[in-house]
Amino acid sequence: MASFKPTKVQFLPKLGEKVTEETLYWKNYKSPVQIKEFGAVTKIDFSPLPPHNYAVTASTRIHIYGPHSQEPIRSFTRFRDTAYGGSFRGDGKLLVAGSEEGLIRLFDISGRVALRQFAGHSKAVHVTSFLSDGFRVVSGSDDLSCRVWDVPSAVELSSLTEHTDYIRALAPSRLNPDLFVTGSYDHTVKVFDMRSGSSVMTMQHGHPVECVLLYPSEALLVSTGGRYVKVWDLLKGGQELVSLKNHHKTVTCACLSSVGNKLLTGSLDRHIKVYNSSYKVVHNFDCDASILSMAIAPDDEALAVGMTNGVLSVRHRKHQKDKETLTSRRRRGPSYRVFVKGKNFMPREDDFLVSKPVKQYLRKYDKQLKSFEVSKALDTALQTWTRTSKPDVTVAVIIELNRRGTLKNALAGRNEESLTKILNFLLKHIFDPRFSRPLLLVGDIVLDLYQQVFHKSPVVERLLQRLMDVLGREAELQQELLQVLGILDTLFASLTPRKEVAALAAPPVA
Amino acid sequence: MVEQSDVRVVRCGGSKINFRPPIISTDSRFLLCASGDSVKVYSTRTEEWLHSLQGHTNQVTGIALNPANHLQVYSCSADGTVKLWDFIDGILIKTFIIGHPLFAIYVSEKHEGIVFLHIVMDTESKKEGFQLVAVHLPKSAEQEVEAKELSAVSSQISPNPSCTAFGREGQYIAFARNLQLNVYFFRKQKTYSFSLKATDKKGAKNAFTCIACHPTDDCIATGHEDGKIRLWRNFIHKKEYTYSTQHWHHNAVNTLCFTPEGTNLLSGGIESVLVQWQYGAGNRKEILPRLGGSILHVSTSSDGQLFCTSHSDNKITVIESSFKVCGVIQGLVKGDAVLTDLMIDPRSKALVLNGKPGHLQFYSLLRDKHLYNLDIVQQEYIYEAGLDQFEVVKAAFDRKGFWLATVEERGQKSSDLEFFLKLWAYDESTQSFVLNTTITAAHTDRIISMCFSSSEETTMLVTTAEEGQFKAWCQGVDADTEQDQNFWSCDFVGSYHNLKPTNCSFSADSSLLAVSFQEVITIWSPDTWELLTTLCQPPGVIRDLCFGQLSCSKYLIATTTENLLCCWNLLTCALEWSTSVEVSKLQLDPLSENVAAFSYQSEHTDLFVFKPNEPRPLFSHKNVCSEKIHRAVFVPREEPLNSCDESSQWLNRSQLYFLTQNMDLMTFSTATEEDRLLSSSRRLVIDDSVAVTPFYLLLGKHRQQQQKLDTPSHPAADKPQQPQGSVTITELLHTPAHVLPAASVLCSMFVSSLLISNTGVQDPLRKEMESSEQEMNGEEEDSEEEMEACDSQQELRAQGSVDEVTPKLSKAQERELKRVRKTDFSWMAGLVDSKP
Repeated sequence: MASFKPTKVQFLPKLGEKVTEETLYWKNYKSPVQIKEFGAVTKIDFSPLPPHNYAVTASTRIHIYGPHSQEPIRSFTRFRDTAYGGSFRGDGKLLVAGSEEGLIRLFDISGRVALRQFAGHSKAVHVTSFLSDGFRVVSGSDDLSCRVWDVPSAVELSSLTEHTDYIRALAPSRLNPDLFVTGSYDHTVKVFDMRSGSSVMTMQHGHPVECVLLYPSEALLVSTGGRYVKVWDLLKGGQELVSLKNHHKTVTCACLSSVGNKLLTGSLDRHIKVYNSSYKVVHNFDCDASILSMAIAPDDEALAVGMTNGVLSVRHRKHQKDKETLTSRRRRGPSYRVFVKGKNFMPREDDFLVSKPVKQYLRKYDKQLKSFEVSKALDTALQTWTRTSKPDVTVAVIIELNRRGTLKNALAGRNEESLTKILNFLLKHIFDPRFSRPLLLVGDIVLDLYQQVFHKSPVVERLLQRLMDVLGREAELQQELLQVLGILDTLFASLTPRKEVAALAAPPVA
Repeated sequence: MVEQSDVRVVRCGGSKINFRPPIISTDSRFLLCASGDSVKVYSTRTEEWLHSLQGHTNQVTGIALNPANHLQVYSCSADGTVKLWDFIDGILIKTFIIGHPLFAIYVSEKHEGIVFLHIVMDTESKKEGFQLVAVHLPKSAEQEVEAKELSAVSSQISPNPSCTAFGREGQYIAFARNLQLNVYFFRKQKTYSFSLKATDKKGAKNAFTCIACHPTDDCIATGHEDGKIRLWRNFIHKKEYTYSTQHWHHNAVNTLCFTPEGTNLLSGGIESVLVQWQYGAGNRKEILPRLGGSILHVSTSSDGQLFCTSHSDNKITVIESSFKVCGVIQGLVKGDAVLTDLMIDPRSKALVLNGKPGHLQFYSLLRDKHLYNLDIVQQEYIYEAGLDQFEVVKAAFDRKGFWLATVEERGQKSSDLEFFLKLWAYDESTQSFVLNTTITAAHTDRIISMCFSSSEETTMLVTTAEEGQFKAWCQGVDADTEQDQNFWSCDFVGSYHNLKPTNCSFSADSSLLAVSFQEVITIWSPDTWELLTTLCQPPGVIRDLCFGQLSCSKYLIATTTENLLCCWNLLTCALEWSTSVEVSKLQLDPLSENVAAFSYQSEHTDLFVFKPNEPRPLFSHKNVCSEKIHRAVFVPREEPLNSCDESSQWLNRSQLYFLTQNMDLMTFSTATEEDRLLSSSRRLVIDDSVAVTPFYLLLGKHRQQQQKLDTPSHPAADKPQQPQGSVTITELLHTPAHVLPAASVLCSMFVSSLLISNTGVQDPLRKEMESSEQEMNGEEEDSEEEMEACDSQQELRAQGSVDEVTPKLSKAQERELKRVRKTDFSWMAGLVDSKP
């Protein structure tokens, strides 16, 4: 004797994005914390030392936030004009920042007043950074020059004026204290060597460069500008490795995640894209406004995004621990102990195991189907929660009723309220290609059954009118699509070489 | 049947076991059922088939326990005989020749020596003229008795045997036909009849479908076509009869049965629910749902502890009185039609075809046993007449048996066609197939054919559909996600001038795919999906298509609807030969080059076996059967035969089975094979009783020695022979255990018979002692024999030699011993010779 076989809810593949490990990893962030700054956030930099505080440059101040604080733990406000490019030194103790008036200031993290001021640039300094020895600061300015400063003596060591437009991107090498990369609005990316005092490599990006980024191995260089993200192979003398065009507005910032070297790019189109090692987009974050700056904490613990509307949005990583504590707290009730009794018993070698028969649990609609209560089963399947969140279950029950030949019985004898429910469900899903076949059948049967009484209820009549409109539109759309298909067919037919007509039957369908 | 060679058509296995109600023996140990032209005996505990009672030459139409002896069973058959069997040992005791085809048998305790039979009425005018007759079985010692003493009871009998039943203590017999219930009282010799209206206001259909009588009360239960059960009382008075109605079944009640004490009434119908009504308690009932196919018969054991139901899917279910299923005996399920082809599971070598609705059945042909059902549809089966159900219509295995592809379909009749393509992977741990992929909309129209590629590395499935396309399906890596997944997806869609494809086939090495589109055969390369060539031989649509095997793999054979069998050479792309023959089924032997073609011409089917490289048939068999054959399969043999006879050589490596339209499974068997079977069955009898004991080893040695001496050249020397050393021993072993004296008594006699007596130099004293001892034994045995139950006497009659032995055992034994000594002596001499 077989047991009752429950209704099979068909698993239909979801259209759209496929769930991969990457998406799961990048989805594993909590919802963002929004912090309002005074102006557009132009630069975010994480301290290399734990606890990985981060400096946020916005308007005339630089705020330093702790990893979980929503209030700044320290702020530097002694700027007369807009501050730019606040970045940490390798030991996380010093911070350097440029400003609109051309001054470069050096701060101690614990102090408030600038330790040094480097004066020399005639125009705004948008990018500043320490070289990897920690004793020198490099800056790029709108006066087309790029200068290197000595920290102890606060003097300018050299000035490089090879760019012909604003310098808006800078990346020092971490392996060599004499190397740094600049990107400029003159569409070039240049690698400078302080030992020779000039550029050693120049790459044509083709668009004003907004951001440059060196891979940890420093064999690869990323430059962003325009809608393009380009990756250059420095070991091959600056050959372009790949050019990515996944944003539809200027790409303003890029950063690398420390886990698996995934590249993240942010753009004015309000999207952050995550690329895998073969430069395919594996995930996408959406933001509220155009993105100007972005940084990711070591171990991907937090992703901070600065936007044009002055909002700093920080996403923190979800941890397995949090989940576990939640579930374990739930399990700590007495019922758990009852539940687990004997479960951890390990049978000995000569014990004879008798397995307990597993009880078959049926869903409510299955129980009703088992006892042939078809109308009730349909009611259960049409309950609000099932109907809205799991329409496939509702449709599965409808299919099952149709298979049993009792769909008509189940639909008959309904009042206005439940009929409205059914019609609303039809309106919502009838043109879903996965459900349309059974639902069209339901529509037919409903029309047959209630033809005589429709005019008595204005509500039902209105719904039917809407259903008719929807179906009419859908039919028109299908017709248009067929027409397009026909046009395409003729195009393809004319394109294929005449000789191999016989050989090429149809393109393979994946 | 024309016998032109030693190859002959035999019916093999898988016969119906649900034709008539099964019966349970009094001790509840055995279950008997009519199956084809034999009666099968099963064990109720283990559900194993023990043996079958063979002897009838036509369909067995009824069985009934002998009311006088609970170890005997009557069987009646369409060949016009009633046979009495000892069913435990499978011995035919008596044959009664009636002379008319018989259709049912009834017995009653009160009417000893009389059986009631259904026979066809002599008048040829009415087609369904059945008659109930009482036959007095003459008592005589002969094996075959003619029983001509027929007395008609009634001629108003329904052809359905469940419409007749004996009443309380055999006082009356009730039978129904259409709308009339008749009760015949033996004492009054009168028939009362009660009739119902065909329909009433509520649209009830009142025709009778079955009858059961209460064993201790005057009550008749009748089942009706609309599912009602009526309980008739007070029918002794013609006018004042009453009935009460109970209604649960929604379709016709197929069977009714009272439990032996009469406390409960069991009923069953198409719903496949066994309903147990409490007698005299109104509508109180218990139900046991989902038993399988619809219930055809219900019967109970005489102590009421076991029930058994037989189902339309050729199954017998054994149910305890606590309403729990405790055993299932499953035969080869025969539906209305085999929609899938006959197939062979490459792993288990089992025959695969559709079984019960929505399932594939695996049936071992070797052991004639149902192995298991694979649920393809995986939906609750609704038992309702006229409901459009999902059916498995296509199935295919890949070469190694790793994958199974199935197509299930619903709505063949209406325009609303639903079908699914499913792919099943073999799971080593569960030893069964597990669903891997379900493809909901594989094609937009019905799938016509499908086949797997036969290459070792990659498996590929090709399906053709009525919409004019064929699709290739591959299991593999999805390019988008870069994840190695095991699911199947479409690899290629092909079509040819929008023609409807009819068939597809892969070549033996899977380097070519042939797809036939109406009259054109297209040859594709599965690697590049390039159309290589087209072959065309109008007129006629291609019906069957197959590539040659092994040395003939360069040939492609096709049959058309216009009676043409064509063979192309693929190296030259030219027609090699063609012949005009109407071929209904073309079947390829996977182990050899041979191709079998069933040809249907002028009301009978002929078989031709040929090799593709020559148009001359290798073997032909005229008039295989009178129907068209659409399903056939070659089954690889366990061990190849080595017959050199040219006409049967094609059967050496595999066996050809085919299915007729009556759903009979037939095969071709050769003479050598039958010889072997016969000898093995003979051997089996002895093997059963003689296990490998030291004793057997002794006998075995004995036999070998003897064989060397006596028969230097035996025709079948390679096969082990039955030990025939001692007649006493074989006799001893052949006699049923329950008629033998106690083992302690037998022992000394047995041992002494085994003694290697030195006849030549035997001293008289010892001989005297021995003989006196044997006499004592004989006396003891005699007394034992008398203490045995009297009814064993009858069985003993069947065993002539033992019968002789019983009254004068000592003499007979002496004779035996003398014979034994004679044989032993020669062996002794041999032993002495060999041991100097």
